[in-house]
Amino acid sequence: MKFLSEYRDPALARRYLEEIKKTVTRPWTIMEVCGGQTHSLVKNGILSMLPEEINMVHGPGCPVCVTPLHLIDKAIYLAEEKGAILCSFGDMLRVPGSQKSLLEAKAKGADIRILYSPLEAVKLAQQHPDRQVVFFAVGFETTAPANALSVIHAHRLGLNNYSILASHVLVPPAIEAVMEDEESHIQGFLAAGHVCTIMGTLEYYPLVERFKVPIVVTGFEPVDLLQGILMTVKQLESGEAKVENQYARMVREEGNPRAQEIIYQVFEVTDRLWRGMEVIPMSGYQVKEAFAEYDAMRKFKVNIPEVPENEDCMAGEIMKGIKKPYECPHFGKKCSPETPIGAPMVSSEGACAAYYHFSGMVNQAKEQPA
Amino acid sequence: MCLAIPGKIIAVESRFEGLVRMAKVSFGGIVKEASLEMVPQAKVDDYVLVHVGVAISIVDEEEAKKTFQYLEEMGEVEEELNISDFLPDKQTDTNQR
Ligand code: SF4
Repeated sequence: MKFLSEYRDPALARRYLEEIKKTVTRPWTIMEVCGGQTHSLVKNGILSMLPEEINMVHGPGCPVCVTPLHLIDKAIYLAEEKGAILCSFGDMLRVPGSQKSLLEAKAKGADIRILYSPLEAVKLAQQHPDRQVVFFAVGFETTAPANALSVIHAHRLGLNNYSILASHVLVPPAIEAVMEDEESHIQGFLAAGHVCTIMGTLEYYPLVERFKVPIVVTGFEPVDLLQGILMTVKQLESGEAKVENQYARMVREEGNPRAQEIIYQVFEVTDRLWRGMEVIPMSGYQVKEAFAEYDAMRKFKVNIPEVPENEDCMAGEIMKGIKKPYECPHFGKKCSPETPIGAPMVSSEGACAAYYHFSGMVNQAKEQPA
Repeated sequence: MCLAIPGKIIAVESRFEGLVRMAKVSFGGIVKEASLEMVPQAKVDDYVLVHVGVAISIVDEEEAKKTFQYLEEMGEVEEELNISDFLPDKQTDTNQR
């Protein structure tokens, strides 16, 4: 864990912290949506520096965590039964499926490869014309342009052995779902900076209007987070609810129109199941009909039973900000990064993993066979 | 995997009869390819924010350097660029099966 003195701009961080302390007069619950921000808040020790009135709860912005169990099973099925080269971001590898994780399938001989970019998967398809290459396309709006582009590249190259297993989710419907949950008591949001680099800030105005909560688009460095929290607290204390942009150096109101164009060329909005949560209406992207041949779900008839989630894991409540990781009875006991029960314990953006690694919440780390 | 990392464009090349622009981007010396399709105006020596092989915006040099330094100190660069040793996948394209 880092200390304030090690920050990029410690003096500025201290000023924000003091300003937050001066501004706050009563308890407020604020959610940072993005798992990268959760990670930064915990790793940089910010949670423990904030005045106790401010309760930061951690949102569903971890693409790996919300990818449904059955899609992991399907990815494994494509590699094991259809002989596909299944490519994925490294983060996905340890996430438990119903029987095993991608990593376990790989150890048993399935051709599963970690790539940095979906564009590399297209290259792989070019190099292996005799094999089917499937990219496990998870992600929020930030990642959607890259995944869409991979389909466009494959199309331009005339490849018939490339497809994506799409598990794309969107931030604004997630905020809506969190607010609609009766147990939710969230009063303000930090929206994810890089998502807004692509999508801009306009989508948040209707949410602010409807739920009367401040939404502050925020970066992920300590100083950004502190400023974002300060802006949110100022609004809350004065009874305001507006969209504000802390991350203006990276985020423009209209986002990146070219990137949006590429997304909508390949994807359309659809209902999507969020792991541990529920089906959230219009909360994800699916491949458009015009590109159906690049959609692994349509291309390969994958008829495997959908197994329910492991009931032991309360990831849904954690990702809606209802519970904190240490409130899970398995946290640090039965569930650890080595023997994860749920995805938030393995993803680098998962709240459980962040608490496990950095917050000193666990002092009795234990070994357990998988 | 949601992070975007700033790097400097050191070379640009066209593919698909000029339809696609790919760049070589240096992240503190580590060079990776990135598509410039979302930032058509980007050119050599510009700094771009790169996410999973795609540049998503142009950033100013000073900002890019500060952000990169922060990410490096936090150990995020290696993880995001998928170059650390702990990753189990070291295979090339030809083995397997
Ligand atoms: S600690 Fe493990 S079991 Fe508990 S919510 Fe987190 S991932 Fe699920």
